[in-house]
Amino acid sequence: MAALLEIANLHAAYGLTRVLHGVSFNLEEGSITTLLGANGAGKTTTLRALCQMVKTEGEVRFAGERIDRRATEDIVRLGIAHVPDGRGTFVNLTTEENLRLGAYARKDRSGVEQDLERIYGYFPRLQERRAQQAGTLSGGEQQMLAVSRALMLRPKLMLLDEPSFGLAPLIVKELFGILRAVNQKEHVSMLVVEQNAAMALELADHAYLIETGRVVLSGTAADIKRDDNVRRSYLGY
Amino acid sequence: MDAFLHQVLAGLATGGIYASLALALVMIYQSTHLVNFAQGEMAMFATYFAWSLINAGVPYWPAFLLTVLFAFVLGVVIERVIIRPVENAPVLAVVVVFIALLVILNSVTGWIYSYTIKTFPSPFPPEPMFGKYMSTHEAGAIGVTLVVLVLLYLFFRFTPLGLAMRAAAQNPDSARLVGIRVGWMLALGWGLAAAIGGIAGMMVAPIVYLDPNMMGGVLLYAFAAALVGGIDNPWGAVAGGFMVGVLENVLGAFVIGNELKLVVALVLIIGVLVVRPSGFFGKVFVTRV
Repeated sequence: MAALLEIANLHAAYGLTRVLHGVSFNLEEGSITTLLGANGAGKTTTLRALCQMVKTEGEVRFAGERIDRRATEDIVRLGIAHVPDGRGTFVNLTTEENLRLGAYARKDRSGVEQDLERIYGYFPRLQERRAQQAGTLSGGEQQMLAVSRALMLRPKLMLLDEPSFGLAPLIVKELFGILRAVNQKEHVSMLVVEQNAAMALELADHAYLIETGRVVLSGTAADIKRDDNVRRSYLGY
Repeated sequence: MDAFLHQVLAGLATGGIYASLALALVMIYQSTHLVNFAQGEMAMFATYFAWSLINAGVPYWPAFLLTVLFAFVLGVVIERVIIRPVENAPVLAVVVVFIALLVILNSVTGWIYSYTIKTFPSPFPPEPMFGKYMSTHEAGAIGVTLVVLVLLYLFFRFTPLGLAMRAAAQNPDSARLVGIRVGWMLALGWGLAAAIGGIAGMMVAPIVYLDPNMMGGVLLYAFAAALVGGIDNPWGAVAGGFMVGVLENVLGAFVIGNELKLVVALVLIIGVLVVRPSGFFGKVFVTRV
């Protein structure tokens, strides 16, 4: 399989604080890849760097094309949907307006109505809340909304920052099931950052381990799960 | 009673103009969290542009439309060229830029057109259509204000571009993540605000006459209106505009006299800031620390 996303020697800094020190990895087309690592290892920053939401150096290619000098909104227009840390809800807009904004960069206006119905099929709760101000949704509903908003782009690649954050275990299971279905049925590639390493390895095909701004381990999810260090440090048994 | 009713209706007419300008202030405040002190002078400059067109023989309504377009472009250009470079500057620096803009527009207008007071035509016939209570221009100004408000509402509520502008003002980071060009949305917001200001200028000019300082008082009333309504609430600004217009007129006619009318605006501004800083319809901000 070809690499959809190629990252070579990526550096990033917030002001003078350098966070990424040359991250390199590839993401295969159609795969779900997860980035594991402790708090502060640079997982969120890696996702933000891919979308140029922080200052970066190094090379990022998407489908063979350099994207590391483009503006965030142009990267999104290539079909990269980012579910950001903290969900990024437009709290004063309605649920449906949030979803419609997800499709803002799309050129085919006709498919948008259909996709709304498709998403309401995945998340019936959002349909019940369609006219409600998004800020009044519960944390779990807002997380579903964030994922749904990303899906409205009809992305080729989704970047998911802690999709399980603040969700009840049952809802996490449901959400990951939907992500798996979207990956398989719609061939959306995914890069998932997770604290919950066990769940992430369950979902993913490939995994990379980040420590202090560098990739220190890579392999298939199954291999990583068996790695003694990972097991002790991140899976806790 | 008749005199009172007359004052109330006249107040509604000027109130509509304050409401428009207050709305322009709120639009820019929502996306930048700053009050554009030059909003009035931008409106005044656009009104002079209209005056030039009408003097050159262009009929009123085409001149009106051209002026709205001119004001829109003026707003966009000001945002792109002057405001953009100070986007991330400290608040006081931006305020100084706003004040500079005010002074520059005022002086340039005086330099081009002189400070002599000029009359500005009304598109509405001089004979009163609504009996003795209201001049046709006052009724027309209210009508124009309402049309502008309805159009704006429809634009922001029902068009993808309007939705994108609201999203960009609320949450620029998330807006970028759905592919919205936030910088351009800001510029469009400035353009729209300037266009609304231009309309307000053309509606108020027949009443206060045309001179480079014509918007000074009007802008103060608009500030008061925006504050009374809550500086972050467009509906509040509109309601505030009408309230301030009526209050100013009624108090001026019956209580404090016309010379002290502007004091009403100043008292309102200080009163609201002291007693209820978020206005009557604004959100109260509670910050968790």
